[in-house]
Amino acid sequence: MEQRDDALVQSTMQSAFDRKMEQDMPIEPKDEMPEGYRKHLIRQMSQHAHSEVIGMQPEGNWITRAPSLRARQILLAKIQDECGHGLYLYSAAETLGISRAEMTEQLHTGKAKYSNIFNYPALNWADVGAIGWLVDGAAIVNQVSLQRTSYGPYSRAMVRICKEESFHQRQGYEIMSKMMCGTVAQREMAQDAMNRWWWPSLMMFGPHDSESPHTGDAFRWKIKRQSNDELRAKFIDKTVQQADVIGLTVPDKDLRWNEARGHYDHGPINWQEFYKVIGGYGPCNVQRIAHHKKVHSDGAWVRAAAEAYMTKQKLIA
Amino acid sequence: MTNETDLPRWEVFTQIKPGANYMHAGTIHASDKKMALQNARDTYTRRGEGTSIWVVPSDAIVASNPDDKEMFFDPSNDKIYRLPTFYVMPEGAKAI
Repeated sequence: MEQRDDALVQSTMQSAFDRKMEQDMPIEPKDEMPEGYRKHLIRQMSQHAHSEVIGMQPEGNWITRAPSLRARQILLAKIQDECGHGLYLYSAAETLGISRAEMTEQLHTGKAKYSNIFNYPALNWADVGAIGWLVDGAAIVNQVSLQRTSYGPYSRAMVRICKEESFHQRQGYEIMSKMMCGTVAQREMAQDAMNRWWWPSLMMFGPHDSESPHTGDAFRWKIKRQSNDELRAKFIDKTVQQADVIGLTVPDKDLRWNEARGHYDHGPINWQEFYKVIGGYGPCNVQRIAHHKKVHSDGAWVRAAAEAYMTKQKLIA
Repeated sequence: MTNETDLPRWEVFTQIKPGANYMHAGTIHASDKKMALQNARDTYTRRGEGTSIWVVPSDAIVASNPDDKEMFFDPSNDKIYRLPTFYVMPEGAKAI
C-alpha cells in the first residue's frame, strides 16, 4: 500500500513539473522537481560558479604587472566582478540543497569541474586582452542563452551577470586593438595571443552536438536552450568580423563563410587536446587547484574568527 | 576533508533610488549584521545600483508555497470591484 502511495506522489509531482515545462514556466526552489533535474543543475551551476572563481587566477597574475594605472584599475574591477559572479551562482546553487562548503570540497577533490579554458596560462599582457575578448566573449554567448534557462534562481543570476559582463569583453578587445596599433613586436604579441586562445575558446562550448552526453536531458528540461554547435557558430560569426577590424588573423586556414548555412565553416577542433586538458593534463590544472586549496586554508582563521564572534554575540544576547 | 559549516545565509534587498521599493537582489553569507551589510554592498552594488540596503537572515523569511497558489490567491479574483475598471463612469467626467 505504502509503495503504491509513493508511486502516486511521484507521478503527481512529475506531472506538475511536466506541466510547468510545457507552459515554459520557471521552476522555483520550493517546486517539486525530478531528482535528475536537481542533480543536473547542481553539476552545471557549481561548475559555472567554480569557473568564475578559478577564472580569477590567470588574470590575477597581471594586476601588479598591468602597463598603466588605468589598466590596473580596470583589471582589478573585472576580477572583482568574476568573484561576484561566482557568489551569485553559488548562492543560486545552494537553493537546490547543496552547501557552499560541499561545493568547495567537490572542487578540491576533482568531483566538480570548472571551465577547461582556465587550465591555460596567461603568459603576457596580450593574453589578458585575448582572455577578455575571446574567453569572456565565448562565455557571454553561452550566458545570454542561459538567461532563459528553466530554473528561476539560475536564470536571475544569468541576467545579472550578463548585464555586468559586457564591459569585460570590451576591455579585452580594447587591449587587443591598442596593441594592433602599436609596434611590430606588439602586433606580433597580439597575434600570438590570438593564435593560442582561439581554439581553446571554441572548445569552451563543449563537444559537438553529435557527441555531447548530457544534451538530451538538458534540452528536455529546458536548462539548455541552444546547442553547443549553435552557440559556437554564433561566437565565431561575430568574432571573425571583430578580428578583421583590428587586423588580426583567425588561426584557421579552413575558415570560410558558408552562404547556404549563413555561418562560417571552421576547421577541425583538436578534441584530443580538449579531453587531455579535462583529464587533468593541461598546462595549469595542478597549479589552479593547489592555489585555491592554499587560499582556502590560509583563510580558515578568518572564517573561524567570524564564527567565534557570532557565537559570542549570541551569548551576550 | 572539510567539516566546515557555512556561515548563515542572508537575503539582500536594495533600493535603486530614494523612495523606490526595496527589491530582492540575492543572497550572501555572513556571521553578523555588520558583515552582512558589507558583503551585500560588495556583492550586489558594485555599480552604484543602490541608495540603501536591507539584509534579512534567510531563515527569518516565511514564504508561501507556489503549489498553494490557487488556494492562496484565488479569493482576490472574484472581487473585481477592487479594481477601478469595474466602475462605469458617466460620460464627460474628466480626471477620474
